[in-house]
Amino acid sequence: MSNLQTAENLNSNLFQIPALETFRENLDNNGLDLSRTHCTTLQVNVGMLCNQTCKHCHLDAGPSRKEIMSEKTMNDVLDLAARFDFQTIDITGGAPEMNPHIQTLISKLAPLCKTLILRSNLTAIAEKEQEPLLRLISDKKVTIVASLPSFNEAQSETQRGKNSFATSITTLKKLNSLGYGLPDTGLELNLVSNPTGAFLPSSQEQTEKRFRQMLARKWGLSFNNLYTFANVPLGRFLTWLESTGNLESYVLKLAANFNSCSLHGLMCRSLISVSWDGYLFDCDFNQALNLYMGGRKKHISDLYVLPGPHDSIAVSEHCYTCTAGSGFT
Amino acid sequence: MDTYYQPKDLPKFAKISEGAPELAEKFFDYYTAVFAEGELTQREKSLIALAVAHAVQCPYCIDAYTQDCLEKGSNISEMTEAIHVATAIRGGASLVHGVQMRNVAGKISL
Repeated sequence: MSNLQTAENLNSNLFQIPALETFRENLDNNGLDLSRTHCTTLQVNVGMLCNQTCKHCHLDAGPSRKEIMSEKTMNDVLDLAARFDFQTIDITGGAPEMNPHIQTLISKLAPLCKTLILRSNLTAIAEKEQEPLLRLISDKKVTIVASLPSFNEAQSETQRGKNSFATSITTLKKLNSLGYGLPDTGLELNLVSNPTGAFLPSSQEQTEKRFRQMLARKWGLSFNNLYTFANVPLGRFLTWLESTGNLESYVLKLAANFNSCSLHGLMCRSLISVSWDGYLFDCDFNQALNLYMGGRKKHISDLYVLPGPHDSIAVSEHCYTCTAGSGFT
Repeated sequence: MDTYYQPKDLPKFAKISEGAPELAEKFFDYYTAVFAEGELTQREKSLIALAVAHAVQCPYCIDAYTQDCLEKGSNISEMTEAIHVATAIRGGASLVHGVQMRNVAGKISL
């Protein structure tokens, strides 16, 4: 049995739902292939520390988490980024802004890729001491991908916590004032809207149109693109699903909406994901399960060849999230 | 049968076609066409359906269209306002018949 099969078997029947076919069985029974293509994206998780405790967080990130990427591991990431030719490097967390070395990492990664992305919850970056970080990201033309589940304050705060909404709007205004989300500035501001509960996301096209109208009308805000993603039943969201009796119906709904056409565009096919301590995964969600790339714990300092076309991807039942409806790309 | 309404019965709705398949096919084709994007968006149609579900007090429809409204991007405030529209019309429909009462009373009163 391969390392990958062993690792997948350890996570098999993850949700203990008898009616649910495992994701691997689903692929095999339908003659479907989920394997890698050329690796173009490096995703770096710089730590679990976050100023918020969002109910949908698949990593259980929050203010009490101590795991953050050290300077040494960041240097390993920089070596990796210099060894290979990544088109996109995507910095995520937790709240990446709370890692004390984040500015150094951004400064050194920016010249090593075409697009550098910083994922922001819009509140951690609102602190006064983050002014230099805001200047740095606009100077380096870092793309911002920001969480905003709803333009309705109450609905947004059920997911992200009290007082998060007004701060998020203030940050969006600040980003617009720097040129983010405006035409011809080269400063891209993209929003992510996750459902505020155990239901599927709305149509991306319709939601983007509505957010654009409402954010402009209510607060005069602009942005470039909006993405809608389903919530992944892992971490804090899994705990919530279990405690509210929503787990089985939610996971079965994800599986019932399995769309084989979504496999082609899945991000795990062209991305490697690095954890805060420098280990390799096929995606950020697999980090929550310790489901390592290739089923084997491997550090980035030991990576000399990128995974390539036809290499396997580690899967489990949470993968039904990314293949529901139009998928998670 | 403990109760007339069981949530697990909702997915059995399609089985209604077994009694009269041709009529069911016409109904479900029509139903699908009604809820397709048109001059009204699918989200707006779902909000109307939610309001009507409350007016006709159908637990299956309330369950289905609450989930559908959320999945179409509506929020609780919008959904609550939609239900108030149904409530206003139901209440208004009673109250406006007060005109009949007043007509009758007016005719027979001194």
